Formats: sequence, C-alpha cells, structure tokens
Amino acid sequence: MTQDEIFNKVQGVLVEALAVDDDEVTPEAVLTRDLGAESIDFLDIVFQLEQAFGFKIQPGELFPENVAQNPEYVQDGKVTPKGIAELKSRLPHANFAALEADPAVERVAEIFTVEAIVKFCERKLG
Amino acid sequence: MRWIWVDRVVELETGARLVAVKNVSLAEDHLHDHFAASESGPAEAIMPASLILEGMAQSAGILVGHAERFKEKVILAKVTRFELERDVTPGCTIRYTATLDQIGASGASTSGVIEVLDHARAGEFERIGRAQLVFSHLDQNLAGTAYPEHNFVFGETFKDLLRNSGVEWESRPADRPLDSSPAP
Repeated sequence: MTQDEIFNKVQGVLVEALAVDDDEVTPEAVLTRDLGAESIDFLDIVFQLEQAFGFKIQPGELFPENVAQNPEYVQDGKVTPKGIAELKSRLPHANFAALEADPAVERVAEIFTVEAIVKFCERKLG
Repeated sequence: MRWIWVDRVVELETGARLVAVKNVSLAEDHLHDHFAASESGPAEAIMPASLILEGMAQSAGILVGHAERFKEKVILAKVTRFELERDVTPGCTIRYTATLDQIGASGASTSGVIEVLDHARAGEFERIGRAQLVFSHLDQNLAGTAYPEHNFVFGETFKDLLRNSGVEWESRPADRPLDSSPAP
C-alpha cells in the first residue's frame, strides 16, 4: 500500500469518526485541537483503523495509557523528561515537538497529528 | 415507567449479531407529549428519535455485554452516526439489528439497522435508519476510576428481558436462533 493510499484511508476514518470535512484532515492537523477529537473518539478511531486496515491494535499501542497517573512521568501538571522519554519509546510515531516546547500534561494529546496516525499505520503494515 | 426500549430479543449470535423488536404503543406516556394536541391541530404521536436510538443502543449494548458474559459494565460512549428517514407511530413494530464490528478490552463498536413494520400497511419491515455506536467497558476507563463491583448496567429489567427472550444469563449459550418459548 502506498503512502497516499494509507493517508486516504486514515483520512476516511477521521472524517467518519470526527465528522470533519476531507480538507480539514491535513497531515499536520492535531486530532484534538484542530479536529475536535475527545477522549472517547480515540477508542472509535482505533476500532475504525482496525476495520479499515485489517490489523489489530493493542491497548496503549497507538495512544498512551497509564502515563498521567504515574508520578514519575507527571509532576506539578507537567510531563517530566523521563515521562517524555517513556512516551517517545512507546509511541515512536507521534510528534513530540510541541510537547517538548511546553510539557503541560493537557498538551499530551497534541502529539497526535494526522501524520502520526499515518506513520503508525505505515509501521503496522510494514 | 421502566427504562427498557426493546420488548424482546428474537435472534442472537454470540459476539456477532442481535435482533430485537419493540412494539410502539399508545399506552406509552411519552407519545402523548410528542407532540401534544394544540389549538392548531390534533395530537401527533410520534416516537422520539432519541428513544428509537436508545432502543438501538440497548440492543447493541446487550450484544456487547453478552459477548463477555456480562462481566463488563457496557455503556454507550459515542454515537458516531445516526440516521432516521421516517417517523414511527403507535401501532408500528420496530426491529433493531445490531452487528458487532470490533471488540477489545476498552470497549466495542457496532453497526445497527433500524426497520419498521407498519401494521396499517400490509407488507414487510422497511429499513428506516442506521446507527454506528461505540461502547465503553466502564471498568477499563483510562482515568482509572473505580466503580462498584456489582454490574449495575445490566440490572434486573435487562435480566428479565433476556430470560423471557430465551437468552441464558450466566453462561454463554451456543450460537442458535432463539425459539419462541421462554427459558425455563
């Protein structure tokens, strides 16, 4: 499957799951900030990606789990360097530029751009 | 009034598909308010679309719960899509067909088809809508919030519905169409 084909499938999933228009789903769009995704949408996106691509996504594989509750990873409302390193190792597809500039815990969701989802799918298919 | 918006489960394939029916009756209070008679016209009793969606969600929710032997507290988390093409009036029978698309530790996604049989018109069920729904397993929430162990989602009303539909509650029944006689 080519990168364009993967992008088109991801775009279709996000259009359906988030009720947005095709042209809003650009590679750099952030799922939460730009496309209005809320926490439950992430579960929907996982299910729809599994259906669209025919692979299985394990809990925590695409989106992080048990990070915000861990005091080693989050202190005073900020993700610690150890936390960022842990997220990076768990989620190599995500985009950490914004989080590294401002590690506020509420910005963790911003590591998920459309491009990050496409990269994740490429790795799964590769 | 009991918050149960299906009358009977008529088909069940474990972890795959569930069909339920609901008869819409003028005895239901909500119909008299939706829409009540006014100076400009008589009452126009229509089943609210939100309650039709609730029936679809209960049908699909039972399918999801049954797939894990009702160990999980299954709650409707998201209506991804809901379309309804015509009104449903008293005297009609609604048929909900729920299909399990995906299920995992965190929850499940389902597709649903809504059909109606209008007894005033001889004929067959007519497809009038569809719904894509996402369910969450409440105890697997990402925030780590703890809930009571007792499965308050599938309470006695649901248990009675399932028993009267011939669905075994505690153990997973073999895949089979349900017969017309209640479970012993």
